[in-house]
Amino acid sequence: MPEPSTRKPIDLSKVKPYADHLGDGIVQMSFTLPVPYGLAARKAAQELAAKMGFEHPEVVHYQELTDGYTYFVMFGEATQTVDYSTLSDEGFDVEYMGEDEIEAFANRRIGRPIVVVGAATGTDTHSVGIDAMLNLKGFHGHHGLEGYKAFQTHNLGSQVPNSVLVSRAIDLDADAILVSQTVTQQNLHIANLTELVEIVEAEGRRKQLILTCGGPRVSNELAKELGFDAGFSKGTYPHHVASFIVRELAARIDRTDG
Amino acid sequence: MSKLDIDFGLVAECRASASQIAGQVSEEIAGKTTVSVERTITRLLGVDGANELEAPLPNVLVDHVRDHGELGRGIAYWIGNALLADPDATPQTIAEAVDRGELDLCALARAGDDAIGMRAMRECEQRIECMSADMRERRELRDRLGEHPPPLRYVLTATGNVYEDVVHGLAVAQAGGDIVAVIRSTAQSLLDYVPFGPTTEGYGGTFATQANFAIMREALDEWSAKHGRYVRLSSFCSGLCMPEIAAMGAIEGFDNMVNDALYGILYRDINPVRGLIDQRVSRMINGYFGVVINTGEDNYLRTADAIEAAPSVTASQFINRQLALDSGVPDAQIALGDAYEIDTPVANSLLLEWAQAQLTRELFPDCPVKYMPPTRHMDGNLYRTHATDSLFNLVTIATGQGIQTIGVPTEGIFTPHVHDRVIGLENVNYVFNAARDLGEEIEFKPGGIIQTRAQEVLAGAHALLAQIAENGLFAALGDGVFGDVPRQIDEGRGTEGIVEVDDGYLNPVTELMRGATSHA
Repeated sequence: MPEPSTRKPIDLSKVKPYADHLGDGIVQMSFTLPVPYGLAARKAAQELAAKMGFEHPEVVHYQELTDGYTYFVMFGEATQTVDYSTLSDEGFDVEYMGEDEIEAFANRRIGRPIVVVGAATGTDTHSVGIDAMLNLKGFHGHHGLEGYKAFQTHNLGSQVPNSVLVSRAIDLDADAILVSQTVTQQNLHIANLTELVEIVEAEGRRKQLILTCGGPRVSNELAKELGFDAGFSKGTYPHHVASFIVRELAARIDRTDG
Repeated sequence: MSKLDIDFGLVAECRASASQIAGQVSEEIAGKTTVSVERTITRLLGVDGANELEAPLPNVLVDHVRDHGELGRGIAYWIGNALLADPDATPQTIAEAVDRGELDLCALARAGDDAIGMRAMRECEQRIECMSADMRERRELRDRLGEHPPPLRYVLTATGNVYEDVVHGLAVAQAGGDIVAVIRSTAQSLLDYVPFGPTTEGYGGTFATQANFAIMREALDEWSAKHGRYVRLSSFCSGLCMPEIAAMGAIEGFDNMVNDALYGILYRDINPVRGLIDQRVSRMINGYFGVVINTGEDNYLRTADAIEAAPSVTASQFINRQLALDSGVPDAQIALGDAYEIDTPVANSLLLEWAQAQLTRELFPDCPVKYMPPTRHMDGNLYRTHATDSLFNLVTIATGQGIQTIGVPTEGIFTPHVHDRVIGLENVNYVFNAARDLGEEIEFKPGGIIQTRAQEVLAGAHALLAQIAENGLFAALGDGVFGDVPRQIDEGRGTEGIVEVDDGYLNPVTELMRGATSHA
């Protein structure tokens, strides 16, 4: 038997999708076109995929949704690559602490209850995110911030106007604001989050307040771009948010003292 | 026969407690009306439209009388009096004249109470008879075209633009959907008026307006006629305009309506008294016109743990049903809410869900039950969601639920796209067909996991109902018994819209509909 040939090392400066073999570039995609079902529709989907830069685009399934709308499942080979070697885990390389560590850290470095005010703002009626982070019950067996000695929490619920959230935060002399955004249709969340930052800045409170936001389509990068200190996506547990807040507050106290 | 070996003596006691609780609610809301109830009466009398400032005429009319401090007689009294004063007037022309500032209803000479009552009743009877005739025609159409056997597949659309909702609705119909429900824009629940006209912008849903209702209804009727299968239409009697939406739905021939007694109180922070008065009239209208209502117990499991909170779901089903019966909705029109929300890592979660779903069927055999898909623990892993939905679909068919809201793979990521809903329906169609008669083949092991779980949930609900009956529903709401959300009787949105009624209060709608159904 011949020696099995070893695989080529992965060139991290030219990375492309991996499906079956290194370098095959295969991508799966699905979408609907507003065109009638038929061979011309199939051809249109293939042409579109080719224009998106996929080689050998293949329609593996297509069907009519209703008159004039056709749904496609496709595969294609990506031709582009990215240079992974120059990228880093920018921003969120925080090591999360557990509940006990957070309590100990807050006790040592801050020494008073940290006031956190949270809400689902604007017209958003979904309280599931903010409840998971703030309420005692928390999520997946992880306590919300209400269950920590280190925090004094105020959950204002859903459909809270940004102005109300900010004025409550000022009244309570809050250390941090936590905003949840679930409805993201037509990027509603971006307008809403931007407005919050503008109000906080107009009130002259941006330096004192730690601003955090979360939701299924909120990323840390997006949050920072919008002027927040941090953003949290799906898969976030309360201790992730708590770790960030205690560390950030301690750093701010150090800066002020220094 | 019970597959779960439940104690029907316990069930009877649960019903007795629910009856006692609903009786206390009736006492608390007696002698009160709300601005939305009064606006509903104007709508049923034919008032519609909005003025230049986009204020709906029902609001203009009711606010006009309210500003005079005279709403305690009921808006129907003032309309009745104005109709007697001018033989050519209609409720609509009266509303328009009030809006133009040409008519002050409270300054008109007053006719006798009996004459006013009779005039208002005559107007009301005529209008409601027209609507009843339309509804009868619709029921005949439904019977003639036919529907799928239950469980009916209930599918949402929520684009924000009613014309896009039509595209989604037609795709859903083609993929086998039985009920299309246009989700309301999330902003609407706290508006104390119903917006007017067709709308093309909204987030997380499309505004419930009468024009939007009509556009969707026409599109689905056309599809139904062309394809020989009737597709139902549903919306949401919720928020501060619960009864008005019931009236609008009746006018536009809606088949189903989400209508929960407590949802707005718990999840939109609506004042408990306001919410319970509004639900009473809203459900009375749904009941009268033969509309199937869906209650919202499934929502508790989005804010409370699905395993721990199961008894509160069952307890709420007993209460919601009794409140609906007290509003004149018969069992066959009460689709009680339930949901498949246990987190996926829980061992035997399928068995626990099966127990709960079977229990709901056995406790309320004459109610259709609306079974809701997993959403709370669903995330960006849409393939996992799709797999979870398959098990949910299996439980639905095997336990014989009446209506199922279909699960959609992109649940929890964004407002699902048109093809996501079709993919969700294809999963449902496959499982319903593959396991069509599974329920008939199955018995449960005596004393096994499923029977034991169901009995535990029933015992928990029994204890909870006894406690609520003792302390009252309002105290239970204050303690956060449902969904872990505490609500106080004197707090919440819409409190200012509650009106104490005078001795001479006139409400021909309630008088006409109480204890009657148009199709009975």
